[in-house]
Parts: sequence; structure tokens; C-alpha cells
Amino acid sequence: MDGMGIVKGLGVTFKRFVETYLDDIKWLGKRYYTEEGINHRMSADTRGVFTIQYPEEKLPVPEEFRYIPFLLYEEGENGEKIDRCTSCGICAKVCPPQCIWIVRTNDPKTGRPVPQPADFYIDVDICMNCGFCAEYCPFDAIKMDHDYEIAVYDRQTNNIYNKEKLSKPVSYYASIRPVNYSREEQARKEAAEAKAARRRGKQKSQSA
Amino acid sequence: MSDQIISTEQDLAARFPDTVAHDERNGYQGYIVDKDQLVEVVTAIRDEYGFDYLSSVTGVDYLPEDSMEVVYHLFRSTGGPGLVIKTQTSRANAVVPSLVSVFPGADFQEREAWDLLGIKFEGHPDLRRILMWEGFEGYPLRKDWREAYYEEDSKPFKSRWPGGEVHRFEDANIFGKNVDYPAGFDPETWVPDQDSSLYGNLMKVDGHGSGLKTDQIIVNLGPQHPSTHGVFRMVVTLDGETILALKPVMGYLHRNHEKIGERNTFLQNMPFTDRLDYLSSMSNNFGYALAVEKLMGVEPPERAEYLRVIMAELTRISNHVFAIGMFLNDLGAYFTPALYAIEERELILDIFEATSGSRMMCNYFRFGGVARDLPAGVLDKIRNLVYERLPRKIDELDLYLSNNEILRSRGQGVGVLTPEEAIAYSAAGPVLRASGVPYDIRRADPYSIYDRFEFDVAVRYHGDVYDRYLIRIDEVQQSIRILQQAVRDIPEGPIQTGKPQYQVRVPAGESYGRVDGPKGELGYYVVSTGKPNPWRYHVRAPSFINLTAMEKMCVGDKVADAVAILGSIDIVLGETDR
Repeated sequence: MDGMGIVKGLGVTFKRFVETYLDDIKWLGKRYYTEEGINHRMSADTRGVFTIQYPEEKLPVPEEFRYIPFLLYEEGENGEKIDRCTSCGICAKVCPPQCIWIVRTNDPKTGRPVPQPADFYIDVDICMNCGFCAEYCPFDAIKMDHDYEIAVYDRQTNNIYNKEKLSKPVSYYASIRPVNYSREEQARKEAAEAKAARRRGKQKSQSA
Repeated sequence: MSDQIISTEQDLAARFPDTVAHDERNGYQGYIVDKDQLVEVVTAIRDEYGFDYLSSVTGVDYLPEDSMEVVYHLFRSTGGPGLVIKTQTSRANAVVPSLVSVFPGADFQEREAWDLLGIKFEGHPDLRRILMWEGFEGYPLRKDWREAYYEEDSKPFKSRWPGGEVHRFEDANIFGKNVDYPAGFDPETWVPDQDSSLYGNLMKVDGHGSGLKTDQIIVNLGPQHPSTHGVFRMVVTLDGETILALKPVMGYLHRNHEKIGERNTFLQNMPFTDRLDYLSSMSNNFGYALAVEKLMGVEPPERAEYLRVIMAELTRISNHVFAIGMFLNDLGAYFTPALYAIEERELILDIFEATSGSRMMCNYFRFGGVARDLPAGVLDKIRNLVYERLPRKIDELDLYLSNNEILRSRGQGVGVLTPEEAIAYSAAGPVLRASGVPYDIRRADPYSIYDRFEFDVAVRYHGDVYDRYLIRIDEVQQSIRILQQAVRDIPEGPIQTGKPQYQVRVPAGESYGRVDGPKGELGYYVVSTGKPNPWRYHVRAPSFINLTAMEKMCVGDKVADAVAILGSIDIVLGETDR
């Protein structure tokens, strides 16, 4: 009990204290509020101040980051929105807190269901951001968003998102998840080609 | 004792022909013991067969057969596979003898089974509700019990299907604002029945006999107390400053995780396991995936196994550094050590976020693999951490704290748990190993690919608060060793067996999957009837069961030490209360 343990421990604290200033001097003011500064503070080489001054600074989110699903639509030539969703209901089925409702469209003449949602609701209050809907959607129609700043003043009226609020263009998806997007587009293209090839084959055999 | 141990091969049913029978139901294993001879048989299993560690006690409500079953999972503290025994009773009058006299570690688990399933354990010294509140009516885990907001027995709910009506979840609240008291009820004067029996038990304690005529006082530490790591209460009887008796009171964060789990499909449970021990969701996923994979008979591919080990060990490191930081907080080193430790955790959480999409609620494991492969660059980040930064930083933490005189004097010789007690009280993980029992499931009963890695089972011998601190440093160092081997050897290849499926077919049967999580043995007992939803889903929560030994550790120490002891057990209330 000679106090050396405490002195050594304080030495560690002192070392870290000095390092804070050394790093600040080394970066000459660029350590804060700049992109490379934030990236440096997230790296394994970082010393000194570790914190991010949110909301002035924001941590970049990785591509896989998931927060609240959104629906994808393709932009048509005349600016119309073509939903990718076919209202198959797999997302509603797989959702652990069961926060998804889909209203199906019926053909006004025949009354038969059309593969397009009339409306699509997500109760954001109970969504647990697990990402299952995006993971198991066979049409790449629902994906997880990156926008985590969704606080509202009135949760009673604002937290059921409808289709209009949920829909975002495919180009937005491509911008937040470029790697996933290019991989999925590749797969979609291949699947479409395979389908077209099958159809050609069928037509040939029919005509023959 | 060892020379008396009968070889495992000897059949328990042959030893007790009248009272023990093989469990021959399809997909089930182990033995069914007649409840009248249960204590006798279990004593023999402990003393003659050497199964001295009672891992899990839980009940299953077999409503269609009108029977209630209690399931015990026993293991040897020297390692090896376990033994499952069951005993059956009727639903209407569910009474089973208590095993607290043989295994004191059954205490809280039996109380939980009583609380949630209404199984009465005869001979239990203190059979009160433990997770539900004391005025609660009914037994929520019984299959015919329905909760508020009840919609249907199993998900997916029909109301949410295409064609269903949209409504806010809160609007389904049948109690409205729920602020009306019944007529004649005055909350100011109401005393719960249970409080009197709780305090009554604590008042019966004999003093130390110091000769002085002093009054004993009962003090409530918590539930709102900064040292309790959440909402947790300890009721202590004090003689001066010395603790004479202590009862933990928990359940303030109870949400009936297991009932939710039985409503869910098997896959839907995965993100819910994240919310148990919310500091180490990857380990929670791991145990649950193992239990269901055992039933399904699938094995993950090689790369997925490595990814699982990498994630589980990173979780252990992040959990332990956090535990050390918070433990120092409890000792009064206010937040400087905690924040030093959290820096390392932050870098690990960045890896989780890049891989699984979330920092804490990872939801990364799937049956037969993992959700997705590592994105580009993440493996290099992990390499950099485990080869460069973490070893250096853990050494720094060690230098910073381990020889600190205040930490030593607060920790050494305080809250001692002997190895015999640790085993008897079913303590697990760092608490067990700090008491000198080198029992690590990764070695004792290896799962996944842990048998391939070279690492030492961390063990410390004093069983006091200080050793429970040191063992966490040791374990982090061993985890770094495992990680170094894993990132070196990880092969390329698929990360999932078969196609990703949202509806998994789980054959009927039971299974118990357990991992050595950061808090201790995390077990999942799953019963499937072949339907999309589990019939029974039970979590053997290490934080919860480690608290059984809390009183043993605290008695005789000062009241301020209770805070240090609780910090050294490292509980998470999300898991304790479930």
C-alpha cells in the first residue's frame, strides 16, 4: 500500500491528457468539423478526443445501416411513379412486431386483385428496425433507410407512415447503398434476361 | 468423490427402475422422473453421477395433454455433455418438490416458474412472485392466458394481412388511459401482501451477537438507484453497516419475452433476442441460432462459423470493457475509466454497424448461417483492431487500474464466493470462473468451431470482487487470441446453408442450445411441435441466475460493498427481467 498503483494510473490519465493536445496540434484545427477529421477519430489510430459534436458533426453511417423501411419506385419517362411493390405481403408476414399493413388494389372491372398496393402503412412506433422486410422482399421493393432523424412533436398523428410518405425513388436507394444497388441490379437484369430467354424458347416451341 | 462416480454409460432408468423412465417422445431426450422421488433421484445424480451443476430449471405447459412439465438441465462442472430430466404434474394442481435443498441455484428459477407458470414448488423457502408484480392475477406463460392487446395466438396476425385495417397500436389498449382506481382503493394506504412477507423474511435474521443491543434496520437500495445498472432493487437487513440478509427484487423491466417468443415464428424471435442482454446481442443471437439449428439439423458453412466466432468474441470484448468501466463507476471512479473503456467498445460497435446494420440490435444470425457477409474493408478493420489497438489498449487499462490501491482495498476479500458455493448456486461465466472453477462452455462442451482455437480458460481463485474484475481483463486477452486466429484462418465461401428462408421448417422436439456469453451461460430451451411458432421458448438468463448468489456474497460485508459486488456480477436488466 504505497500508492504507486494510483500514481501509475494517474500517469496513464496524464499521458492521454497530453495526447489530446498533441493530436490537436498535429491536425491544426482540421480534426473537428471536417470529414477527414471525423474519419480519423473513428479509426483505430485515433488518440485524444473521441467524441463527435452532434448535431454540428455527424458520424457517417455505413452502407448496411438500417433504420425504418421505405418503398422504392421507378421513375417512368413522364415522371410517373411505378411501384416495385406487388403487395404480395411477405414483408407483413415476416415482420416481427407486425407493423406493416398493405391495402391491395382491385381491378375496378373484374374485381380481381392487381399486383400493386393501393396503400401501404408502417406503424413507425412499433417498427423495431430489424430489416427482415428488406431482407426477404423478392422484388427489392422495400429497403431500409439511412435517415435516423425522425423525431416528431406529435406521435399520435405522425407516426403511421402511408405509401406517399414511404415511397422514395430508386435513385435515392442507389445513392445510399451503392454496393447493394449495383449487385441487385445485376441480379435483376440476369433474372429478366433468363425470363425473356424462357419466353422466347416457349414461343419458338409453340410456333414450331 | 470422484471414485464414487458411476460411469455415464450406466443408465439412470436401470438404476431407478420404478421412478425413472426414458423420455421416448419423438425428438425428446433424457429421462422422466416420478415427482415423488425427484429429490432422491436428483441427489443421486449429483452425488453418484457427478452432475453437480444445475444449469436450467423451467416449466412447459402442455395444454393439449393437460399436463405441466418441469425440465431440468444438469451438467458436470468438469465438462462434457449434459443430462435432461423432467417431471410431470397436472395443470390443475401443479405441485412439484423443490430442489433448493439440493441445488440452491434453483431458487430464483423455481420462483420464476411459479410466477409465470403457476407450478408450486413444495419446500421452497421463499416462493413468491419474482418477475410479475405482487397484485398480478394469473400465470402469463400458461397457454390459455391472454395478455392485454391480445390479437391472436400466433403471428403473422390476420389483421395485418393485406385487407386488414390500419390502426395505431396504442389505440388497441383496452384500458384507455388506465388511471382509474377501483372503488374503495386508496393507493396511499395500500400495502402489497408480498411486501410484508418479503420484509417479514428479512426481519427473522439473527444478528451477529455482538453483545450490544442494536436495532436491525431494513434498507431499500433501489429501484431508482444509480448503482443498480437499471431498475433493480435490493432489500437489505443491516446491523449498523453490516449486511445480515439481502433479497434482490426484480421484474421492473419485465415484458414477458418468452410469451412474445411463443407468439412469434422461429425467425421473428431473432431480433427479439437482441433485446435481452442489449450490450451483447451477437451472443444472444448465437445461442438461439444454435438451439433452433439443433432441432432443424442444419449446420452453417465454414465461413459463417468463423464470422459467428468473430462476432461473438468481439461482443465479449465490448461487453467486458464496458463492464469494467461501469464497475469502476460503482466504486466511485466516476466515468474516467468508463469512458476510456467505452472508446474501444465504440470501435467494435462501428464494426457491428458496418456488418449487421445496427450497433447494438444486431440481428445478424440466421438459422444455418449469418445474414450477410462482411462488407469490403471491414475484415481489415477487425485485423487492425485485434492485432494492433486492442492488445495495447487492454494493457493500458490493466496498468491504469489493476494495481490501483483503492480498487484493491475495495475489492480484495470482499464478496467472496467459494468454488463449491459458485457451483451450487449455478453461478456462470466470469462469476463462476473467478471462484476457481475453470468451467467455460467453449471448452467444456464446445459448440460451433471453438474446439479449433487455441486459448486458455481464464480462471482466478479468490472469488472476490477484485478477481471478478481481473478475470474480465484475462478473458478479453483470451478473446483477442481467438480473434487473431479467426481473422487469420477465415476462409472464403458461402455464408448461409441453402437459400435464405423466412419460413423455416422446424421438426417437433426439444433442444437446449447454450453459449458462453459475456455474462455467463446463456441457454435457450426451445420446444417445437412442428408448427411455425415455438411451443415453448425459454431463456436461461445468466444475469438473472447469477443474482441467486448475490445474498451469499453480500452477507457479512458492508452495505457500500453491495454496490461493488453487484457491479462485479455485471448484470443487464434487459436480460434479468426479460
